[in-house]
Amino acid sequence: MKIAIFVARRLVAMVAILLVVSFLVFCLLSLAPGDPAIILLGGPSKATPEAVAKVRAAYHLDEPLIAQYWYWLQGVLRFDFGRSIRSQLPVFDSIHERFPITAALAVYSFIITVVIAIPLGLAAGVRRGTRLDRTVTAGSLIGFAAPVFALAVFLIYVFAVQLGWFPVYGAGKGTIDRIYHLTLPAITLAIGQIAIIARQTRAATMDVATQDYVTFARVRAVPARTVWGGYVLRNASLPVITISGLVLAFALTGAVLVEQSFALPGLGTLLVDSVNALDVPVIQAITLLTAFVILSFNLIIDVAYFALDPRLRRGVGA
Amino acid sequence: MTFDVRLSDLSLEQPGDEPGREGLGVLAWLCLGFVVLLAVVAVIAPLIAPYDPYLQTIVDSNQGPSSKHLLGTDELGRDIWSQLIYGTRTALVGPTIVAIGAGLLGTFLGLLTGFRGGWVDGVTMRVIEIVYAVPPLIVAIVLVGILGGGYWLAVVVLIFLSAPADVRVVRSAVLAQRELPYVAAARAVGLRGARVATRHVLPNITPTVSANVLLQFVGALVALSGLAFLGLGVAPGTPDWGLMVAENRSNLDINPWAVIAPALLITLLAVSVTILGDRVYELLSGRRSVG
Repeated sequence: MKIAIFVARRLVAMVAILLVVSFLVFCLLSLAPGDPAIILLGGPSKATPEAVAKVRAAYHLDEPLIAQYWYWLQGVLRFDFGRSIRSQLPVFDSIHERFPITAALAVYSFIITVVIAIPLGLAAGVRRGTRLDRTVTAGSLIGFAAPVFALAVFLIYVFAVQLGWFPVYGAGKGTIDRIYHLTLPAITLAIGQIAIIARQTRAATMDVATQDYVTFARVRAVPARTVWGGYVLRNASLPVITISGLVLAFALTGAVLVEQSFALPGLGTLLVDSVNALDVPVIQAITLLTAFVILSFNLIIDVAYFALDPRLRRGVGA
Repeated sequence: MTFDVRLSDLSLEQPGDEPGREGLGVLAWLCLGFVVLLAVVAVIAPLIAPYDPYLQTIVDSNQGPSSKHLLGTDELGRDIWSQLIYGTRTALVGPTIVAIGAGLLGTFLGLLTGFRGGWVDGVTMRVIEIVYAVPPLIVAIVLVGILGGGYWLAVVVLIFLSAPADVRVVRSAVLAQRELPYVAAARAVGLRGARVATRHVLPNITPTVSANVLLQFVGALVALSGLAFLGLGVAPGTPDWGLMVAENRSNLDINPWAVIAPALLITLLAVSVTILGDRVYELLSGRRSVG
């Protein structure tokens, strides 16, 4: 019951933040230099008086800003973000078309990250001070600091241009070809995430490994697998989950640069192309979608905390 | 709940590690040397660059490394080596301004919110929560793009997008300090809050602030070069490492140096300053001596 109250409170906060963000996103149209009607028409060349009048009526541009926002928000709640200025297609369709590539890239890189980062971090934390530990620590520092697009050109040069193992650009056709084309981009995107998660796992493991209950379990000759897998990893998972919000933000930002680097037609390239063409409705939709994804994810993390840590469940509302 | 990277997460050596050497250490000295070298190059660029980085000689376009052009030329026949030398300027100036600007703004707001609490704290924290709803670089892409692009616009936008991280770091450091006896003692002798905050608390959080400024430099460097790479930062044609990567990408098979060298320099600079930030924090916080 207390959990329900906690979740409800977080949900209300999330909706409130989303509303404020949606208003700011809406204001992007007024922020762009020039008459909104001409921007929505795609430039002065297409702005005949009749067309301007039509757009002004369609977007309620003659009414106060807050009224315009209200009309816009009603559309957004029905997934109607208006029409793209460039393609004249509904924004929702453009996003729907691009979404699978970005989603596939994100999931692919996430799998790579988890498979590599958790064992590495755990091993480094357990075997503290060894060469493995130092390599992981130094490697994760480099992986965290290096810009994504720089990593992309290094990998493209070595594995696509020199060795010819992977294609340089494009997203491929069909499932197998798609996976093949997305491998190098997914690895590029994963490097930074691996750096963050491996480091956090290492620190959390070291912290947990010095706890009395671990020492005691080892004294009792509990099998090493149970100690490290069951006791240490499980308790170390909490700090790792804390950092996952940062990883998601990192992944979303990285996806924009990775898609641009590998010429993948995903949401990131759609955002950059729309920004360059001042296609405001598409920009608004993608920005709001990003905020929605991040805030929902944070909510899920908060709830996951309670699922993983029984101590917190007792503490709610206290 | 915060999702910022804490400094301890970035530290090469975690608490509990065996105490290391005193001083900066060889690695950090190398990093410092590299950064100083780049700064010197940025100042004396016109003296050491063999060519004008803007000079287009179409007959010499798309060349590989030669005695005439150390790292070859780009599509328009511009000398890569000279562009790299001039590129130190945008690589150092913008991130420095962002790191210091965000550091000042963030430290002021962090001290204010952490020390005073109350509605100022509440409002600032809500605003930061809203800013964090979209990743900073995506906000930067959208804002800089809609407002028309440009290096200095990007710098200003990044100051405001980086400051919230400073506010959070400083605020939590202040909250920890506020409970210590020296603050109560300073208050007890009748010092005003502002004086206690600036003269007593601020010096104690200096390690956190300085290390954070270095981390913000790295963040700004990656963001600014990323924006340039996306065509939203420096104007086309400017010698800038991020822009060089973007412009010469299509010729990766003809002259890889034109792409690899700027990408490598950005990475090296980012890693060097990260390591320096790590060491500065350790040295100033005296963690070594505590054990």
